[in-house]
Amino acid sequence: MSEWIDIAYLITAVTFMLALKLMNGPKTARHGNLLAAGGMALAIVATLFLKDGDHSILRNSAGELKNTNLLLLVVATVIGSVAGAWSARRVQMTAMPQMVALFNGLGGGAVALVAVAEYPKLFTHAEAEAMPLGIRLATTVLSLLIGGISFTGSMIAFGKLQERLSGRPITWTGQKLINLGYLLCAIALIFVLLNNGRMDPPFFGLLALALMLGVTLVLPIGGADMPVVISLLNSFTGCAAGLAGFVLGNTALLIGGGLVGASGLILTLDMCKAMNRPLSNVIFGAFGSNSAALGPSSTAQGSVRSTSPEDAAIIFGSANSVIIVPGYGMAVAQAQHVVKELASKLQAQGVDVKYAVHPVAGRMPGHMNVLLAEADVPYEQLYDLDEINAAFPETDVALVIGANDVVNPAARSDKSSPIYGMPILDVDKARTIIVCKRGMAPGFAGIENELFLRPNCLMLFGNAKSTIAKLASVLE
Amino acid sequence: MTLIAVITIFVLAVFVGLEVIAKVPQTLHTPLMSATNAIHGVILVGGVIVLLRADEPIGLTIGFLAVLFGVLNVIGGFVVTDRMLEMFKRKPRSEK
Repeated sequence: MSEWIDIAYLITAVTFMLALKLMNGPKTARHGNLLAAGGMALAIVATLFLKDGDHSILRNSAGELKNTNLLLLVVATVIGSVAGAWSARRVQMTAMPQMVALFNGLGGGAVALVAVAEYPKLFTHAEAEAMPLGIRLATTVLSLLIGGISFTGSMIAFGKLQERLSGRPITWTGQKLINLGYLLCAIALIFVLLNNGRMDPPFFGLLALALMLGVTLVLPIGGADMPVVISLLNSFTGCAAGLAGFVLGNTALLIGGGLVGASGLILTLDMCKAMNRPLSNVIFGAFGSNSAALGPSSTAQGSVRSTSPEDAAIIFGSANSVIIVPGYGMAVAQAQHVVKELASKLQAQGVDVKYAVHPVAGRMPGHMNVLLAEADVPYEQLYDLDEINAAFPETDVALVIGANDVVNPAARSDKSSPIYGMPILDVDKARTIIVCKRGMAPGFAGIENELFLRPNCLMLFGNAKSTIAKLASVLE
Repeated sequence: MTLIAVITIFVLAVFVGLEVIAKVPQTLHTPLMSATNAIHGVILVGGVIVLLRADEPIGLTIGFLAVLFGVLNVIGGFVVTDRMLEMFKRKPRSEK
């Protein structure tokens, strides 16, 4: 029987790998996801056939079914399935990042709980296990630490994205020293735990430290960097799940966790690359906390010119080419459908319309693509940074909707700017720039944008959805 | 399982993870993150084992929570990913 369980786990592992491979293209991605879900179901069913010593895991040593355990299993599964499916169905597309953060945190919490449950068991049948106690102890302790950090860290990320907590970096004096202190304490506790037998106080002390570290590491990170944080914590949870696979000697956990740990790390580094900042700067930089005071650079003094939807419609009426630059503002206002409507009207009038999607526009890579796809914008009209930048000088109107830092020319010219060096969309090179924005507030990086002071830039103040809808309606 | 077998499996999985992800277009990064998020919900397997092996109230509670969190991670993760990907599949201007 046990061979069959291992074969089932192997099939699960293959479905996970195939799923990630199928994610290469938008056409096959959905099949990949369903395949992985099927593989997951198989792994869970297979687990019910495991043995605990010489009897089925479903029965106690007297051969009776463990009714309480089974009842709890069914209840937890039903509650979790209903709540998970309901919240995932109900969530708005714009709130996806925090949803992922929440689910990721729960995964991390599950890993930490498994570590807590396994810890006392390590010492009971130690001699019967093929794996040395030291390794099982080390992986248990590490999965506790990483899972705990991932749990509270993700919850803080969720709070920031949901705007229950301030999106600004929250910093306090001696913060890095205190974090370093926590980390050193954690390492000391790990050494104590590895060199002794079962010791509950340091074990739970380590859990407390892990939970605290998750909070204190993520609080100082600005909301703009949350996607990177979630991606990193996603990788953490994967690693922790893989480590739990060491403890339980479970191949499904080992492979699933290893895959996610590695792929999450690559994705995180990709995201950092798009922002042209090393990962260490994202995690420890408290980006945007003290830069808000910086004014626009001295090269661009001027005044802000605002416009109305009616006047903007006239500008669009005489344009031949338009590039739309969506940002988080479009996402929060749920403006993707009216943007698409505007684009369709323009196209009906023979205007060439393209969308320029910055890699870190929104709160996650690909966030804008998902939203525009939701509004039925054809895939071929979306261009990424490298493809579109050459087109701006030949463009009549660049319409920036709720994007800020990703179009800030300071990233190219102002060495003192915190975003200096980040690749940006060169909207300032278009003949006219229309920026639809709620107000003059700086973007998530907390810095002023000199673009808004340029003579060829017009500000269209207001909520993206109602403003763009108005613009589309007067554009006849 | 022997230690070396376990390490081999883990290391190979890590390398597959590195390779497979390198080819995913940026457009699909959000669904990808979401999908990998669902996949690490495989910790649910660990939760199930813990819950079924538990024999006192504290162990049962820990196991119950682990399964609950794991199920939320798995079901929520896959459903969210599916919703995102559903949008990519829709044909442009198929509905009038």
